[in-house]
Amino acid sequence: MIVLEKRPQPAQAWVIGGPVLAVLLTMIAGGAMFAALGKDPVEAIRIIFWDPLFSEQFAGYSRPQLLVKAGPLILIAIGLSLGFRAGIWNIGAEGQYIVGALCGAAFGLAFWPSTHPLIFPGMLVAGLTGGVLWAMIPALLRVYARTNEILVSLLLVYVAEAMLASAATGWLRNPEGSGFPGSRNLARHAGTDNPELIAGTGMHLGVVAAFVAVIAAHVIMTRHILGYQIRLAGQAPRAAGFGGVNAGRLVILCMGVSGALAGAAGLFEVAGPAGRISIDFNVGYGFTAIIVAFLGRLNPIGILLAGLLMALTFIGGELAQLMLGIPAPAIQAFQGMLLFFLLALDVMANYRIRRKRGALA
Amino acid sequence: MTALLEIEGLCKAYPGVVANDDIFFSIAPGEIHALLGENGAGKSTLVKMIYGLVKPDRGTMRLRGAAYAPGAPRAARAAGVAMVFQHFSLFEALSVAENIALGMEDPPKSRDLAQRITTVSQTYGLPLDPHRLVGDLSAGERQRVEIIRCLLQDPKLLIMDEPTSVLTPQEVEILFHTLRKLAAEGTAILYISHKLEEIRTLCDAATILRLGRKVGACTPREVTAAHMAELMVGKSLSQPARPDHDPGAVLLEVRALSATPANPFGTALRDIAFLVREGEVLGIGGVAGNGQDELLAALSGETRVAPDAIMFKQQGIGALGPNARRALGLLCAPEERLGHAAAPEMSLTENALLTGRLRQGLDRHGFVDWARTRAFANRIISRFDVRTPGPWVAARALSGGNLQKFVIGREILQEPMVLVVNQPTWGVDASAAAAIRQALLDLAQGGAAVIVISQDLDELLEISDRFCALSEGRLSAPRPARGLSMEEIGLMLGGAHDMHEAVA
Repeated sequence: MIVLEKRPQPAQAWVIGGPVLAVLLTMIAGGAMFAALGKDPVEAIRIIFWDPLFSEQFAGYSRPQLLVKAGPLILIAIGLSLGFRAGIWNIGAEGQYIVGALCGAAFGLAFWPSTHPLIFPGMLVAGLTGGVLWAMIPALLRVYARTNEILVSLLLVYVAEAMLASAATGWLRNPEGSGFPGSRNLARHAGTDNPELIAGTGMHLGVVAAFVAVIAAHVIMTRHILGYQIRLAGQAPRAAGFGGVNAGRLVILCMGVSGALAGAAGLFEVAGPAGRISIDFNVGYGFTAIIVAFLGRLNPIGILLAGLLMALTFIGGELAQLMLGIPAPAIQAFQGMLLFFLLALDVMANYRIRRKRGALA
Repeated sequence: MTALLEIEGLCKAYPGVVANDDIFFSIAPGEIHALLGENGAGKSTLVKMIYGLVKPDRGTMRLRGAAYAPGAPRAARAAGVAMVFQHFSLFEALSVAENIALGMEDPPKSRDLAQRITTVSQTYGLPLDPHRLVGDLSAGERQRVEIIRCLLQDPKLLIMDEPTSVLTPQEVEILFHTLRKLAAEGTAILYISHKLEEIRTLCDAATILRLGRKVGACTPREVTAAHMAELMVGKSLSQPARPDHDPGAVLLEVRALSATPANPFGTALRDIAFLVREGEVLGIGGVAGNGQDELLAALSGETRVAPDAIMFKQQGIGALGPNARRALGLLCAPEERLGHAAAPEMSLTENALLTGRLRQGLDRHGFVDWARTRAFANRIISRFDVRTPGPWVAARALSGGNLQKFVIGREILQEPMVLVVNQPTWGVDASAAAAIRQALLDLAQGGAAVIVISQDLDELLEISDRFCALSEGRLSAPRPARGLSMEEIGLMLGGAHDMHEAVA
């Protein structure tokens, strides 16, 4: 019988080497799948992992997309990871992202067509506040009414989507849009726009915010007492209570931070790459960020890398569909393989495989 | 008489440690045989091999002359070997009969089973109502459920792992009565313990283990407890010592403290009152589950109570949280080492920060000074002889005794004015236990007040100035510990449940 035995300490070699090996295994298994589909496996792998960044033909378009897509994923995932570490499960970042975008856009549109320099900061504050308020609903319900924050935060996503639809077709609709749903374009109006900071890189303020969040989260988790309390509450709740951690305050804080970052991501998106409030404004960043957070092992640096890798496979996958006619389900299977190998090898960091003989004699 | 169970050359190694090395002994039918040794001596591994939970690397076992190699507990039970574990595996929300039925291969109808439970319990003087919920039973009664579960299988060999650690003196008497009756009927009993006086009272023979090897055998009635202790530990133990002293000012006073437990199977505290003075050790005895955890939580600040229910130097602190109480000088060490007193996955350095932050100044504006924290952890490790490769090791990697030394040491090094410890030496080997007791006495000697909550009455009588008993959430009036007899303590503990029935 083969058993998994917990290691006394996580194995450093597997922590670092595991993800690299996982990418290689994905290339082999995915290549085999592409070959079975009658496509050239080497070319397919190259298109997915290499061409989005370095192809002369496509990189001009797809390279900026990497940061555009990775930015919100990382920003949201960083916020989620703090709560996840503490055992606080905010599954509704998608909703907080929508509400943040709605509040930020509403602030900007309220002063339309002003181009006052304080408009954008005001939009940012409104976006943050919207995300925080939306996250406070599950947080306060958990602390004061002992509800389950997983369910409440998830269900509030659908409420937020309904609000988004009503905004796009009603109260935020572009009065000059000849009746089509969707708001005015914030990105094409000085004062409300979140522009690309360096042309051709995709770098906008939201991406900068994501990098700042990575650094701040890293410092908090390794150096600050708050990070220690977060880890303590997640690993040993009774010990945390004994150590003087106020569990309710920690819930409110973690939910608030993740809501704020998700709301900010929504605001940066609506004022930048998306440009306006529309019915299909949210594309699932809030949910994908959960995967990114776990893929990065809830570690800020890991989340940075996981967010970039995730964005790369999205862009590369689209490119492969376009160039080789690889069907979309095959691309999703390929992305699934990557997750599978990463998580399977992650087990090796904390466990070792032992062969046990005759245990079932 | 031919032996019931013969064991020869049994060996079992785990990665990095030899748990059992060439163990041999034999038990005759009707014999009560003690297996004696410190924690980590290999007693548990040995009985797990006999019960089929662990497969030996080498060696043979013979049961009634036939080769015996159980592959699983089911095979052991079929061969007539039953075991009562130290930690019970019972469902609190189910009745006694339902719990027993769950453990049976082929349970009879519930009415028949209830009848059989009643019969067995009366035959062996173990009063137990088959229809009561296990959640409502005391630890002693829960143990009876486990014993009766075994007796229903009509075992030839009954293994008991530290059965008296959760019992009051009167309950111990009842248990011994039952065991003697079983032995008289021809059932062999393998009795694991490190309580020497008990073994001298009860057992016919003893096998003594140390570090996985058999280091001796004796007839317990014919040797002294000190002799067995030396065999067990491998050196003579020094008794904790302290000179007499005059009590100082009152440091902590608890008045009319009542609290309802957070968990439905917890014990409510009712009208608890006591006080401790400078330089004094107050012992609080009682069987676990009678409000010890709840009392510690109320004193540590994990449970908030009325401000005036707990007075620290004339200041009402009942409504303060754990850190505010630490800042004043009231420190605690809970019973549960892994998960409560320490975070299992965190390193010793991180665990040093858990309670040491305020009094040791381990952070600046919220930023942790890891170098200082590591130095503090190293001080605990060296001062309290914690056996570990270094402070980076995770708490769960330490043995129970070593982690307990770390937890107690962490609080003592913070120079508390009042220290509350719950079960300070539970599961700790004899030499480490002696070191912990001495450290507590030294602390009191230096002027602090120490409250020791423990089930080990010998320990409490050894180190306390005054003794009181906690039973069903009520605290008896404290009495001077010196000269207190076991009988008087038994009465303070409120006596055993259904004692009269059992004696009759």
